[in-house]
Amino acid sequence: MHMKVILAGTAMALALPAAAQETQTVGVSIPAATHGWAGGMNYFAQEAVDRLEEVYPQLDFVLATAGDAAEQVSDIEDMLATRNIDALVVLPFESDPLTGPVAAVADSGAWVTVVDRGLSQEGIEDLYVAGDNPGFGRVSGEFMTSQMPDGGDIVVLRGIPTTIDNERVEGFEEAIDGSGINVLAMEHGNWNRDDSFTVMQDFLSRYPNIDAVWASDDDMAIGVLAAIEAAGRDDVQFVLGGAGMKEMIARTRDGDPMIPANVTYPPAMIGTAIELTAVGLTSSAPVSGEFTIGSVLITPDNAEDYYFPDSPF
Amino acid sequence: MTGAAATAPQRRDRSHSLLDLHVLGPILALAALILLGTGISATNESTFLSASNISNVLSRSAFIGIIAVGMTFVITAGGLDLSVGSMAAFIAGLVILTMNSLAGTVESVPMLVLVGMGAALSAGLAAGAINGFLVTNMRIEAFIVTLGTMGIYRSLVTWLADGGTLSLDFTLRTAIRPIYFGGFGWLTWPIIVFAFVAVLGELVMRRTAFGRYCAAIGSNEQVARYSSVNVNRVRMATYVLLGLLVGVATILYVPRLGSASPTTGVLWELEAIAAVIIGGTVLKGGFGRVWGTVIGVLILSLIGNILNLTDAVSPYLNGAIQGVIIILAVVLQREKKAGT
Repeated sequence: MHMKVILAGTAMALALPAAAQETQTVGVSIPAATHGWAGGMNYFAQEAVDRLEEVYPQLDFVLATAGDAAEQVSDIEDMLATRNIDALVVLPFESDPLTGPVAAVADSGAWVTVVDRGLSQEGIEDLYVAGDNPGFGRVSGEFMTSQMPDGGDIVVLRGIPTTIDNERVEGFEEAIDGSGINVLAMEHGNWNRDDSFTVMQDFLSRYPNIDAVWASDDDMAIGVLAAIEAAGRDDVQFVLGGAGMKEMIARTRDGDPMIPANVTYPPAMIGTAIELTAVGLTSSAPVSGEFTIGSVLITPDNAEDYYFPDSPF
Repeated sequence: MTGAAATAPQRRDRSHSLLDLHVLGPILALAALILLGTGISATNESTFLSASNISNVLSRSAFIGIIAVGMTFVITAGGLDLSVGSMAAFIAGLVILTMNSLAGTVESVPMLVLVGMGAALSAGLAAGAINGFLVTNMRIEAFIVTLGTMGIYRSLVTWLADGGTLSLDFTLRTAIRPIYFGGFGWLTWPIIVFAFVAVLGELVMRRTAFGRYCAAIGSNEQVARYSSVNVNRVRMATYVLLGLLVGVATILYVPRLGSASPTTGVLWELEAIAAVIIGGTVLKGGFGRVWGTVIGVLILSLIGNILNLTDAVSPYLNGAIQGVIIILAVVLQREKKAGT
């Protein structure tokens, strides 16, 4: 697994009083499992917590899931007030509303690990475990160009309009620039199966020939595949999803020609963050800085390594 | 538009006199959209009026459409149901789990499909009865009851799916696909069922005592009670009917993608309510029009379809266009009502 690790080993020893005997409390605050990716993330967070409680008896974990940003702010305030947490691992629902409350946790002297979505203000967190959204788009785009060396006509389904989606699409557009691949149209499928099904049906009505689809997400890929199958169209050679849903990885592994590849954006990155935080609290190994989890191309050759049968995603 | 006029409550007469725009409003809006779609499709060689596009749009309208027919009765009787989207997701989850768990023991696939359908209909009936019971017998505001059940069903489906997706066994999925995609050529089953439900709904609303009781209760509950209408029973029946129709919609929904997730049916309740109001039913009750609801649903689906067929509008603005057209469709028919 290629991981681009940038560990800026700074004055972490100051931030982490390594009182090995005392019980330390780690708060974990994440969005609730409202869609597939978040469901996977919840699963891996719970798994990491269960495992680390065994490994480190001196650590106590508090896991809270929030339905929206306001609830997450309350969760974090409660953790600080009632549990006096020594470290916080947070995947912010939205950057702006969470910046203040997380800064307050940092001011209290606790260790702060931010996952996936950055805060609006730099320098609050001690450790940032980030997914690579531009890289996600770039790897997807590079795969498209490699599959269609002579160019071709594609349609693109985008996610919910957010920074994440914009970064992915920009990375993708840069990667296919000049390759002869022509993007016929882009529409938002909102990372949702039903929406992407509808959008794809309309794309199929609108364009008599589509060579390939960048669905940019596995949930959307499922909707797209259903629409293509229902229309009985055989001009579409393949659909590239993303994020690594287990059902789709299994189909890539089994050599389904419509799903030749996948690009990771692993929900298990929450596990990485919790694990690194635990390492920081209990040992003298430096873990502060930024840790970017690269987006990797999954092909039939390496699909087995990315197939997690127990995960809900 | 005749027949029941004599026995219908006061309001009917009033609406009758301003038949023109009040009746024509939604039809005009729909016609304008169809013209717009045809025009756009002529400029970029897409196929708006092709049988397959029409079939797609009508089929995908069926879920919201069938639910919206039920919603018309609830709103006409002065109620509201915000839980239908979550309810559909929850029922879809239940159906998938039921069919998956029986797949090992029940050999015959048609039998399994029937069991799945039975599960959907009975779950819908039960869910509707719970809403109805809380609204009528417990005397809690419909808005609050259904806001509560909306949250409950949404959480339950998230919990059932472990936050992920519930998927039907692959063999079953192939077996039930025809329920959504099959039919007679472009006339697919969802279109047939939607048409059947709509015609039946229109007849019930216009020609039966039940339809008139709904309007009477929505118009003035007290008067209806004094006129010896069993208000609680009629109101209860509207919620049960809506629940049953949510079950029917789910039967058509599950075969399409063979899965249910926490994002299934999000905002369906608002689309259904919007369709009902666009169609000319009065939000505070007292007057309902099932055929109007059908037109409202078609308007909503066509907006999405047309926006997907053109690049003229930034996709970021899709929601704004929808909003404008919804308001316009209602303005068209409200104009003459101002001041009454």
